[in-house]
Amino acid sequence: MIGFIRGVGNRSLERLASIGRATLVLVAALWRLPRLADIPLIVKQIYQVGVLSLVIVVLSAFCIGAVLALQFHTQLARFGAQDAVGVGLALVLLRELGPVVTALLFAGRAGSAITAEIGLMKTTEQLSSMEMMGVDPLQRIVAPRLWAGFVSLPLLTAIFNVVAIYGGMMVAVDWMGGDQGGFWSGIQAEVDIWDDIGKGVLKSVAFAVVVTWIAVFQGYDTEPTPEGIGLATTRTVVMSSVMVLAIDFLLTLSMYGDFK
Amino acid sequence: MRMRTVEISAGAFVLAGTLALIFLAVRVSGVNLTADRSSYTVLARFDDVAGLQTRARVSIAGVTVGRVAAIDIDLEYGEAIVSMELKGSGGVLSTDTGAQILTEGILGARYISLLPGADEETLFDGDVIEDTQGAMVLENLIGDLLTRLGAS
Repeated sequence: MIGFIRGVGNRSLERLASIGRATLVLVAALWRLPRLADIPLIVKQIYQVGVLSLVIVVLSAFCIGAVLALQFHTQLARFGAQDAVGVGLALVLLRELGPVVTALLFAGRAGSAITAEIGLMKTTEQLSSMEMMGVDPLQRIVAPRLWAGFVSLPLLTAIFNVVAIYGGMMVAVDWMGGDQGGFWSGIQAEVDIWDDIGKGVLKSVAFAVVVTWIAVFQGYDTEPTPEGIGLATTRTVVMSSVMVLAIDFLLTLSMYGDFK
Repeated sequence: MRMRTVEISAGAFVLAGTLALIFLAVRVSGVNLTADRSSYTVLARFDDVAGLQTRARVSIAGVTVGRVAAIDIDLEYGEAIVSMELKGSGGVLSTDTGAQILTEGILGARYISLLPGADEETLFDGDVIEDTQGAMVLENLIGDLLTRLGAS
């Protein structure tokens, strides 16, 4: 019985300590503001996490847009309100699905890679040898990945939204025979630049911080064994997915909570 | 050479993302940077705005001429004060212009329809439209009908 209580307490303290370490890593890495010499490192990481995620993001966006338009169309056509397909599609994508789905894809595609890479560096003692040589791993390894993630995810989200709206338009207009003018004018009349697009971008920035932070920290804090890397990679994907969905709920509540 | 492809594709990616953002702002939200953005505000008092939303359409003869900017309540008289942001600079609509809250389709959104009058005097920024007709509320209509049926 006492052993059980001790175990619970021990695990809670360990959890707390890891939150503390995560905060320290984030603050310490961001505190080392990027110098001019770090820009090539950041560019390389933007290529790794942004450009290489483009294929999966564009493909998913097209399919999600097309499926949404199909569902909206079949339901709205019963009321003769096919012109509302565009509005529904644009609002759902800009406010919710765009930021959330892109962040989930990003966690799976880029977050896991970041964790595995940094985790392997730690396991093979590359991080400690860097410190030996007087190179700061937080500045050289962690910070560029954080900045690249912060930049890439919002841009990926914007691309996701555009591709998904076009995918939806192909279904609603070209395939189901909707009216193109009605599709666009409905969107332009209802979508507000701050309320819908601005808040969506804000959400994607929040998700970018959360996902990259978790990915980088899990790698940096890996237990230096082969199983440790596997565990850390899994934890990155699971934790970021859950956090993205939970934070999305909170953000939606606070942004659109009064449902005017 | 390898580093160069990385840089070029990263640059292209950032460019594509920024273009997507601009596209969303311009094409999707319909922000028009070049158009004449001058507008003036006209108020109207309604006894009932039931379901009218801010940013709802204000139209004349079915053509959109502005948006509802704000809906406030005057507790003293129990009336709703609707401020409408109309395009242009005022001095066009006559002071006896009427305002009516209508519904688009059966399930559609509420909007305001303005009926231009014949007066020589015209409405400017901050003026109040006197001749208003509030939203039709289904329950009131049915209640009205029932009392009339009972009376006859």
